[in-house]
Amino acid sequence: MAFAAAFFYLFSAVAVAAAVMVIVSRNPVHSVLFLILTFFNGAGLFVLLGAEFLAMILVVVYVGAVAVLFLFVVMMLDIDFTELRQGLLSYAPIGGTIGLILLVELALVFSGWAISSEAMETVAAPVEAAVGATNTEAIGRVLYTDYIYYFQMAGLVLLVAMVGAIVLTLRHKPGVKRQNIAAQVARTPATAVEIKKIKPGQGI
Amino acid sequence: MPELLNDYLPIVIFMGVAAGIAIALMASALVIAVRNPDPEKHSAYECGFDAFDDARMKFDVRFYLVAILFIIFDLEVAFLFPWAVSLKEVGVFGFWSMMIFLAVLTIGFIYEWRKGALEWD
Amino acid sequence: MTEIFWTLGIIVLQSVALLTALLIIVAYLIYADRKVWAAVQLRRGPNVVGPWGLLQSFADLLKFVLKEVIIPDGANKGVFMIAPLVTSILALSAWAVVPVNHGWAVADINVGILFIFAISSLEVYGVIMGGWASNSKYPFLGALRSAAQMVSYEVSIGFVIITVLLCAGSLNLTEIVMSQQTGIGTSLGLPGSFLDWYWLPLLPMFGIFFISALAETNRPPFDLPEAESELVAGFMVEYSSTPYLLFMLGEYVAITLMCAMMTILFLGGWLPPFDIAPFNWVPGVVWFLTKLLAVFFMFAMVKAFVPRYRYDQLMRLGWKVFLPFSLFWVALTAGVLVAFGWAP
Repeated sequence: MAFAAAFFYLFSAVAVAAAVMVIVSRNPVHSVLFLILTFFNGAGLFVLLGAEFLAMILVVVYVGAVAVLFLFVVMMLDIDFTELRQGLLSYAPIGGTIGLILLVELALVFSGWAISSEAMETVAAPVEAAVGATNTEAIGRVLYTDYIYYFQMAGLVLLVAMVGAIVLTLRHKPGVKRQNIAAQVARTPATAVEIKKIKPGQGI
Repeated sequence: MPELLNDYLPIVIFMGVAAGIAIALMASALVIAVRNPDPEKHSAYECGFDAFDDARMKFDVRFYLVAILFIIFDLEVAFLFPWAVSLKEVGVFGFWSMMIFLAVLTIGFIYEWRKGALEWD
Repeated sequence: MTEIFWTLGIIVLQSVALLTALLIIVAYLIYADRKVWAAVQLRRGPNVVGPWGLLQSFADLLKFVLKEVIIPDGANKGVFMIAPLVTSILALSAWAVVPVNHGWAVADINVGILFIFAISSLEVYGVIMGGWASNSKYPFLGALRSAAQMVSYEVSIGFVIITVLLCAGSLNLTEIVMSQQTGIGTSLGLPGSFLDWYWLPLLPMFGIFFISALAETNRPPFDLPEAESELVAGFMVEYSSTPYLLFMLGEYVAITLMCAMMTILFLGGWLPPFDIAPFNWVPGVVWFLTKLLAVFFMFAMVKAFVPRYRYDQLMRLGWKVFLPFSLFWVALTAGVLVAFGWAP
C-alpha cells in the first residue's frame, strides 16, 4: 500500500507541475507536450483508483487523438513569438481583473458547498452490475441498456461534431484532377485508343 | 484494489528498464563519438542552397480535418470496446442500441463522403 | 520488507530478460528483412560481417554509436532529443503485456489489448515531434504526412480489434488466445487445430489488419513519410548517430509488435497448429516465435514486391475502403453472434 501512496504523490505532483507548465511555457508546442504529460499522469491516477478501462481510454482518446489535433493546430498557427510577447503587458490589467472575478466566484460557490450525508454511502456501495466483473464489462452492462438515452445522445453529439467540422473546414481547390478508379478500369481498347492512318509525307 | 495494482507495477518497472536502455544508447554516442562541429554540418538540410525562410510553414487545413474525423471515429471505437466484451449480458437490446448508434454515425460518414471530405487533393 | 525486494527484483529480471531477447530478435529481423529483400532482387545482401553476415546488425550498432551526434542550429534541442526516446520507449513498453506463452507475460493486465492499442496510437508523437523540432522543410512535410497516415489506419485497426473481441469476449490477451482453443475445427468434431483460430472466421479482417499494420508502421508500400525520392528520409532527415538508431529501433520493434498482435489475435498465439503429439510437446514459446517469424516474412515480402502507393490512393484505401468495410463487418459479426446465441 505504501507503493500506491508513493505513486499517488508522484503522479499528482507531476500532473500539477505539468499543468502549470502548460500555461507558463512560451512556446505553444511545448504547452501541448506538457498537456500530454498531464493526461498521462491523470491516467496513472485512474489506474490507482482501479479504473483501468477509463485510464486506457483517456490515453487513447485524449493523448492519441485530441492532443494530435492540438499539435496540428499549434503547428499550423505559425506564431511570431516576439510579437506575441510585446502585447503581453498591455493585456495584463484586463486579464488580472477577469482572473480575480473568477476566483471570487469560485470562492463564493465553494463556501456554499455542502456534501449530502448519504453521498459517502452511495459512493462506497458498488453498482449491482459491477459485482464479479472487470470494470470494462461493468460499464458495458449498464451503458447500452440502462443509460441508452445518454448513449444515443453521445452519438448525436458526435454526428454534429462531424458535420460541423466539415462545414467549417472543407474547401475544395478548383481544377483538381482526381482519380476515378471505376472509369479507369472500365476503359476498353475501343475507347482508349484511336487509330489514325496517315499517308506518307503528310502531317496530321 | 491491491491485486489490480500488482498487475500494473510490472508495467511501470518494464517502462523504466526500457527507458534505461534507450537513454543509455543515446548517451553512449554523446559520450564516445567525436564532436567536430561545423556551420555547414549544423545547417538544416536543403538541396544545395541556404533555406529561404523558416521551415515551419502553414499547411493545408485538410490535415486538421483528418485529425477531427479521426477523433470522432476513435471515440466510436472507444464506445465499442465495453459493448464487445459484454455482448452476452446486454443481449438483443444492447445489440440494437449499438446498431442505432452506429447508424447515426454512418449518416455522418455518408455526409462526409458525399461532400468530398475524404477526397485528397 | 525483504519479500518486496525479492518481488521487485524478479520483475526487473523478467523485464531485462524479455527486453534483451526482444532486442536480439529485432537485430536478426532487420538482418532477415535485408536478406529477403536482397534475395528477391537476386543480390546477396549482408554477407561480410561474421558467417553469412549474421553479425551485421551488431556491426551497425557499433557504427551508430561511434558517429557524431548532429543537432541542427535551428532545431528545438530538447524536443529534438526527446523525440527518438519517445519513439523507442513507447515501442518497447508495449511488450510488457504481450504473452509469449501461457502465463509468460511481464504484466497480465485485464485490459491488455487496450494498452497495446493506446501505445500504438501514441507512436505518432515521436514522428510529429521529430519532424517539428528539426526546423527543416523535409522533416516537417514527412511528419505531417506520416501523422495523417498513421491516424487514418488507426481507426480500421480499432474496428478489427473489436471483431476479435466480440468473438473472444475479453480484453485480456491470454484469454483471447485461450478462446481460440475451440472454434470451427472443434465444432466439426476435429481435435484442436489451426482451423479453430480466428483467421478463418474473420479472414477479411485478417487481411485488413495486415495491410493496416503495414500502413501504421510506415512499412512499404506505405512508406510515404520517408519516400526517399521526394522527401529524402522524411522526419528523420536531420537525425544521425544513436538518435537515428533509436528511431529505427522503435520502428522495427513496432513492426515486431504488429506481427505479435497478428499472432495473438488471429493465429492462436502459442497454441500448436495440431493439438496432438508430437506437435503439443513443443513449448508454446517456440510456436509463438515461429508464427511471428512467418508474419514478419510476409511483411518483408510485401516490401520487396509491391510498388509504393500514391498519397491520395493511400487515404482513399484507408477511409473509403477499410473503414466502411470493417465497420460493416463489426455489425455483421455481432449480428451473427447475437442471432445464434454464440456470444461468449
